[in-house]
Amino acid sequence: MTVTERERLIGAPVDRIEGRDKVEGKAAYAVEWSVPNPAYAHLATATITRGTIRAVDATAARAVPGVLAVITHEDAPELADGSGELGILQSPRVAYRGQVVGIVVAESSEAAREGAELLRFDYAVEPHDVVLTSDHPTLYRPDTVSPGFETDTVVGDVEAALHAAEVKVDATYSTPAEHNNPMEPHATTAIWEEDALTVIDAIQGAFFARNEIARRFGLDPSRVRVLAHHVGGGFGSKGPPRPQAIAAIMASRHVGRPVRLALTRRQMFALTGYRTPTIQRVQLGARKDGRMTVIAHDVWEQTSTVEEFAEQTSVVTRMMYAAPIRRTTHRLARLDVPTPSWMRAPGECPGMFALESALDELAITCGLDPIELRVRNEPRVDPESGLRFSTRNLVACFREGAERFGWAERDPTPGIRRDGRWLLGTGVASSTYPARKWPSVAYARRLDDGTFLIRIGAIDIGTGARTILAQIAADTLDVPLDRIHIEIGDSDFGRAMLAGGSMGTSSWGSAVVMACRRLLLGQDEALADTEGEQEESASKHAFGAQFVEVAVNMDTGEVRIPRALGVFACGRIMNAKTARSQFIGGMTMGIGMALLEESVMDPHLGGFVNPDLAQYRVPVNADIRDVEAIWVDEVDTAVSPMGAKGIGEIGIVGTAAAVANAVHHATGVRVRDLPIRPDRLLGKLPR
Amino acid sequence: MRPFRYERALDESTALAAVAEPGARFLAGGTNLVDLMRLGVESPEVLVDVTRLPFGDVHETVDGGLRIGAGVRNSDLAADDRVRMRYPALARALLSGASGQLRNRATTAGNLLQRTRCPYFQDVTAPCNKREPRSGCSALEGVHANHAIMGWSERCVATHPSDMAVAMAAFDAVVHVVSRDGGRVIPLEDFHRLPGNEPERDTLLEPGELVVAVELPKPTYGTRSTYRKVRERSSFEFALVSVAAVLLIEVGEVAEARIAIGGIAHKPWRAHVAEAALVDKPATEESFRAAAEAELAQARPLRDNAWKVELARETIVQTLLELA
Repeated sequence: MTVTERERLIGAPVDRIEGRDKVEGKAAYAVEWSVPNPAYAHLATATITRGTIRAVDATAARAVPGVLAVITHEDAPELADGSGELGILQSPRVAYRGQVVGIVVAESSEAAREGAELLRFDYAVEPHDVVLTSDHPTLYRPDTVSPGFETDTVVGDVEAALHAAEVKVDATYSTPAEHNNPMEPHATTAIWEEDALTVIDAIQGAFFARNEIARRFGLDPSRVRVLAHHVGGGFGSKGPPRPQAIAAIMASRHVGRPVRLALTRRQMFALTGYRTPTIQRVQLGARKDGRMTVIAHDVWEQTSTVEEFAEQTSVVTRMMYAAPIRRTTHRLARLDVPTPSWMRAPGECPGMFALESALDELAITCGLDPIELRVRNEPRVDPESGLRFSTRNLVACFREGAERFGWAERDPTPGIRRDGRWLLGTGVASSTYPARKWPSVAYARRLDDGTFLIRIGAIDIGTGARTILAQIAADTLDVPLDRIHIEIGDSDFGRAMLAGGSMGTSSWGSAVVMACRRLLLGQDEALADTEGEQEESASKHAFGAQFVEVAVNMDTGEVRIPRALGVFACGRIMNAKTARSQFIGGMTMGIGMALLEESVMDPHLGGFVNPDLAQYRVPVNADIRDVEAIWVDEVDTAVSPMGAKGIGEIGIVGTAAAVANAVHHATGVRVRDLPIRPDRLLGKLPR
Repeated sequence: MRPFRYERALDESTALAAVAEPGARFLAGGTNLVDLMRLGVESPEVLVDVTRLPFGDVHETVDGGLRIGAGVRNSDLAADDRVRMRYPALARALLSGASGQLRNRATTAGNLLQRTRCPYFQDVTAPCNKREPRSGCSALEGVHANHAIMGWSERCVATHPSDMAVAMAAFDAVVHVVSRDGGRVIPLEDFHRLPGNEPERDTLLEPGELVVAVELPKPTYGTRSTYRKVRERSSFEFALVSVAAVLLIEVGEVAEARIAIGGIAHKPWRAHVAEAALVDKPATEESFRAAAEAELAQARPLRDNAWKVELARETIVQTLLELA
């Protein structure tokens, strides 16, 4: 499209700048870059769950034609920091099934894989424990929960308030382990050249990755460059570098050639993080009119023995509703499993499934409409910090959604609407996600031909970040989009937030605006750093309302979603096309969480048994019929100079609760354990 | 992936000679075999490509039945007018399987011969008697919520994944097979085995035998048929339970009934007990339920899959009601 007027760029449905390259296969992903004389590496992974490697037999692996090298803990280089998940091959210990135990490098990816499969390990096997329970003997209280929140909070006398409450809900919910499964696997090309290291990586943050890699290998960060021009999805799993990056770097140094290493889909289930399973008890106390007096949200979840990851599952409950008395807690069991990590909206996503399901249960107990219940519990200020909200348009989202969804005609009685053998129902839930930013550096330069060069270490993981940043630059400079040359995905461009935490647009966009404004003041080039910028003191969050219609087959328990509507208040929307994709993508992932997604742990073998996309089901096109996302007018300059908040994660928050609430409305059956499988409904459905 | 040799056979005798080599396997659409080769589950020495053999047609038999070539693609078979009109349950079963892309590749014989999707069968690091005889069954005490409820053995509780074969079983199909010693005809119902003590054998096929066609007998005038597949997502998903039913109703009573059930056993499960219970009974929900219950009285659910007994019962009842 041609856009010439300044006002038309920000918010306009501009096509992705790199869209055509992607469709034509010209966009090079991490192991597709053209490099001279590449070798290929494949990982060998543990086939036991806990124990020690007694001996390695690499005879058969080395005998595979084309195999160049085999690296195991016996000969791997010692890392400057060999701790945690990235400390691969530093000891003979095995802490979980699927952990990296060897690297095979070869002339072809097939030979490397064949070699890795023939690499034999003799293990001393120890008993393992891989199942989370709320009374697990290893449960402990972590010092903080990710990324640094207080583990527990208590305001007031919770037990007394629960005892005294006129109306109560006390329910326990659970969510299973879930995996991100981006289309592009975690993959790395590593190139050592005269003690300088270039890493082309499937990564969400080049700058952070550079520092982490430099630290692990004891290198000066200036000698490491991380590139990621195109990344095929991440959802959080490509936030930090993953073991394949360390392995590719080790392999490249070992054979003195560039090395390409891509994980298989099955390996991704052990090596790239996942959402911890959670067990959540929610207790609500309220007056008969629905106004809550007390909320308690206690969470049990897992971490590994390798490093700690503490999902911030009940943190959202600290700010969401206006109960004066509140408690939130987190306890972790240390199991013989891979370390959980970030998955789209860590914390908010599982936490809001429980909280928003409990709100629905409270609405029914009080005989109140679930939207009205939320309106009555709307806080004036952030209940946790006492700060005012920079913007909080939750109620506006519900009002707009109710109008469009036809909520007013809804009869709250469960289990009475039928279409043939299908029971119909509708449900709602709130969404929210923090609106934050992180100091980033942007470079802008006026070129001789009247165009402009913008460089920033942003990463586009398929969100449209590259396009949006060009729109922001064009609007700030008041020029058409085709006069902006934007370059991203390079750690040499300086410090930049990673594509995560829904902070990309606010963080990178703020730096781009700052750099472009300096050009407007007459400079020919500018290097802008938002570090040290004064932040307006306020509680900053995005909000949304999820509306879902479900159909449940009364004979088979199959659940289908005829209709889903999300209404969001996320500040100014930068690009109507890519924003809609983010929102409905999040909602679709939330529908997957509600009905399908589940990484099933085998307690005997100790690993996830469904590690491919035939067995780990996500929704397909046929499952998503009428899904729509809209947004209310909102501009929040407290968050960013563009008035934008982030939008990458909020779409998934609350969706699963809205589905579960709709299933209850359709059937009268409350499913508190995800996913809502047919076997969890069969035998309970009205006929 | 281990290196293998590839040979393209242009006629039946070349194909049969080529597959006589040790470690040789036939290759058609490859939608399952090639996946299993990537996983290390299958490692043939030679692949004998049979897609050029003249088995790509569907034609009518002198008895008014339909002979479906082994190489007919699933998508072509589903679109065949004679299949759609005379054997609608088969067209529906085909269209409910896999995805459009896979149906364009997958063949009739390949569909019959696809292996179980039991997760342990596909994981070479887990014990599995079907993949490695006498290594043990990981599913028996492991994750088995979707495994067999009928006809399993201590050695194997896997299910057969095909939709197409379930519908063919309900139509009394037969499988035409050739080998260097001649040929034979195997009723489809017997073609797939129960696991017993040899779960590594999915079918009665002997080494060196080649499936050349599946033949459907002429349907009785007036029969109706349909296929119902229960699954957690709307596409690209194996059945939790599926039911193919062929029913002839005369003056409100069941004159003929043929029912096959998928997703509950090591083979398409032909529900003879239910069929016998239905004949001469009124075509009502009550009869259908009694028949389903009679069939499922044989069910032996595992620790975590008793729910499939109820699901199978309700799916049989609703599928028959659709035809009543």
